[in-house]
Amino acid sequence: MAQGQFLTGIAAGRLAADQYAENFSDLHEPFSGHEARVEADRCYFCYDAPCMTACPTAIDIPMFIRQIATDNPVGSAKTIFDQNILGGMCARVCPTETLCEEACVREAAEGKPVQIGRLQRYATDVAIAEGVQFYERAAPTGKRIAVVGAGPAGLACAHRLAMHGHEVTIFDAREKAGGLNEYGIAAYKSTQDFAQAEVDYVTAIGGITIETGKALGRDISIGQLSEDFDAVFLGMGLGGVNALRSEGETAASNAVDYIAELRQARDLSALPIGRRVVVIGGGMTAVDMAVQAKLLGAEEVTICYRRGKEYMNASLYEQDLAAAAGVAIRHWLSPKAVLTADGKVTGIELEYTRLENGVLAGTGESLTLPADQVFKAIGQTFLAAALNGSGAAIEMEGGRIRVDGEGRTSMPGVWAGGDCVADAREDLTVAAVAAGRDAAESINRALMGGANG
Amino acid sequence: MADLRSNFVGIKSPNPFWLASAPPTDKAYNVVRAFKAGWGGVVWKTLGEEGPPVVNVNGPRYGAIWGADRRLLGLNNIELITDRDLFVNLAEIKQVKRDWPDRAVVVSIMVPCDEESWKAILPLVEETGADGIELNFGCPHGMSERGMGSAVGQVPEYVEMVVRWCKQYTRMPVITKLTPNIADIRKPARAAHAGGTDAVSLINTINSITAVNLDTFSPEPSIDGRGTHGGYCGPAVKPIALNMVAEIARDAQTRGMPISGIGGVTTWRDAVEFMALGAGNVQVCTAAMTYGFKIVEEMITGLSNYLDEKGFSSVDEVVGRAVPNVTDWQYLNLNYVTKARINQELCISCGRCHIACEDTSHQAITNMIDGKRMFVVKDEECVGCNLCVNVCPVEDCITMEQIPGGMMDERTGHRVPDHYANWTTHPNNPMAKAKEPAE
Repeated sequence: MAQGQFLTGIAAGRLAADQYAENFSDLHEPFSGHEARVEADRCYFCYDAPCMTACPTAIDIPMFIRQIATDNPVGSAKTIFDQNILGGMCARVCPTETLCEEACVREAAEGKPVQIGRLQRYATDVAIAEGVQFYERAAPTGKRIAVVGAGPAGLACAHRLAMHGHEVTIFDAREKAGGLNEYGIAAYKSTQDFAQAEVDYVTAIGGITIETGKALGRDISIGQLSEDFDAVFLGMGLGGVNALRSEGETAASNAVDYIAELRQARDLSALPIGRRVVVIGGGMTAVDMAVQAKLLGAEEVTICYRRGKEYMNASLYEQDLAAAAGVAIRHWLSPKAVLTADGKVTGIELEYTRLENGVLAGTGESLTLPADQVFKAIGQTFLAAALNGSGAAIEMEGGRIRVDGEGRTSMPGVWAGGDCVADAREDLTVAAVAAGRDAAESINRALMGGANG
Repeated sequence: MADLRSNFVGIKSPNPFWLASAPPTDKAYNVVRAFKAGWGGVVWKTLGEEGPPVVNVNGPRYGAIWGADRRLLGLNNIELITDRDLFVNLAEIKQVKRDWPDRAVVVSIMVPCDEESWKAILPLVEETGADGIELNFGCPHGMSERGMGSAVGQVPEYVEMVVRWCKQYTRMPVITKLTPNIADIRKPARAAHAGGTDAVSLINTINSITAVNLDTFSPEPSIDGRGTHGGYCGPAVKPIALNMVAEIARDAQTRGMPISGIGGVTTWRDAVEFMALGAGNVQVCTAAMTYGFKIVEEMITGLSNYLDEKGFSSVDEVVGRAVPNVTDWQYLNLNYVTKARINQELCISCGRCHIACEDTSHQAITNMIDGKRMFVVKDEECVGCNLCVNVCPVEDCITMEQIPGGMMDERTGHRVPDHYANWTTHPNNPMAKAKEPAE
């Protein structure tokens, strides 16, 4: 065991140097060709397959799996990319256990679905590794479109627009393109800089320029973009973090910031982490944070969630992943105060909760957990301030941008999709891809005088 | 406990599982291992005439097809008869038979198609104390190009002639091994019978090319970029073998002639199926070559448990039990009406029954009921073909249910007649109509 393991407080280098690489290697080893074909053979090639219906991007899953089974991974990759150009990342980060794999008839039959996510990764890895580009751009249309946000929604939108022959410029506030794929996904789900490789693969179609370090509301405005471009697509993420509304809140850290820092860290052993870590929240971000804290060498990591297990947004699979990593998940605990001494976190005081007539209420009993670091992962919000400021305002709904079925905002020539919009889709990478792709089709119809323009 | 002992044309063995004439029985080392593992008998790999032995290719001899996870479904080979010296083989056979007197040791023979050749080798084999001989008229590759193996087996007159010579020059029981590479298996079987054979064994391997290498465009197995047809065997050939065994078992001219069943026997169940269709014992090769000799333990216990469960006291009680139920199409009961039934509790909603029926058959299975994904048989369209049963991945989820006589067949709109009636008396049969006035 490394010397740093039991360093008190917040410290870097808790583990032996080679342990970091092992801890942050692929969550699932990629399939070998034979493994992929054996797994693919389990697929029943269902009629009107439930997995396909469950996929937000409606990938023809039985077909891509059959193409793997017949040793045609390149054909398989095209089937995937036809619907989802970010199929490589989705294969890694989709909560398949609540999407395609939950719907798989083998799940109904034997509780063991076909491993669709891993198969999708196999096929897309082959195509990306071989640099196979499936799509040719249509003849230039002379139309220029601005895309704000180089995350899943923006990239999917830009790719589809480029396919149709349009010129696309993507603006992103961060240093690198990729959005949450680059800054938000747990490191063990996207190893070997896959997010950037995927950005390169997607933009290799041509006609897409990415301008990083350009933030909406600071460097660019919707008014200006509308004037300079034929259409605008807004694909921003959620920039704000919900407040704990507890005493000493400022001493707590944002999980999303820490995860972003971790993803960008070149040397994980230089990244400080507490010996005792408490994560407040019950979603995927809470699990990502807690598991990674553990993998960085934290001795004691506890997720505290204010409701019961059944209310957690993190899937059962993710909860099990956390448990297997040695994370304790405690329920019915609401944060009251982040405790500090000499400016350092010493613990967190929580109050037990229960449901009273369907309303969450404190029981009056409290608990103090010693902690060196407290992370909040209780959800993010869309920061709308950057949107408006010139000309007509874009209509909002529940704090996010209102769009119609095609992704059109209330402002002519402006479309939106992904986490920044209010629609029925879940806040998932795959849902953002679908929204970006569909908006691109709508934009194309509008610009080219299609029937639905 | 049922008695598993077998007496096949006077050749006794502790169980009816023999190893077929093939690589596993080419020398004493293998055969002794097989006997130690529990095999009831062997047919020693085919001996050729005295002189320099045949040579085999020095590249790959086997090709294969696989199911999921590389489960071997079919094997083909281009190996010839034994490439060891005749007298080495004879000495080993003699020793093995002496050491294992309770096991069956039958010797496979293939020599040129002339009387002198057969007359010469038979006493040599007889001298070993072997229990019998098997005439290799089946081998479809290499030897057939030299006028032996299936080149003989495909000409019924030759079969009869050689069998006659053998019966004339040896007291040993003669088993004639038949090639399936022929239009009507009954013809060589009748010829062997006419020549006086004690039994036939079948099937030998089937002419085949297992695969083509799509980079080099060579057939597999590839010998320096070229390939040839080899003999196909293994689980994939079992249905072909079962039919050929049954055809001989129910043929008026050969009925009752002992049959040694060969062709894809992998489990006790396969063996019992061959026996039910008339085989007195079975011979195994590919399964042993895939898994080793130990599989015979499963075959022995499986057969024993089956016989006990069914209340049979010996293997012979199973032999031929299914033969009376094998008939010609024209005698099948056309008043036997079935409909598919889908058990909704077992159904996992894969929809394969629907799409198979919708695309390729009778449009008799729904995919949606009241807006809900649901697969139900439409009796008014269902012809009872059984395709849905066969494509359903869930065991017993779809079953065929008989519509009893007197009940309505929703498809035809007529009540099902409650008597047996077949094509020979059907009004649509011109032959039947022609016959009617005469009756």
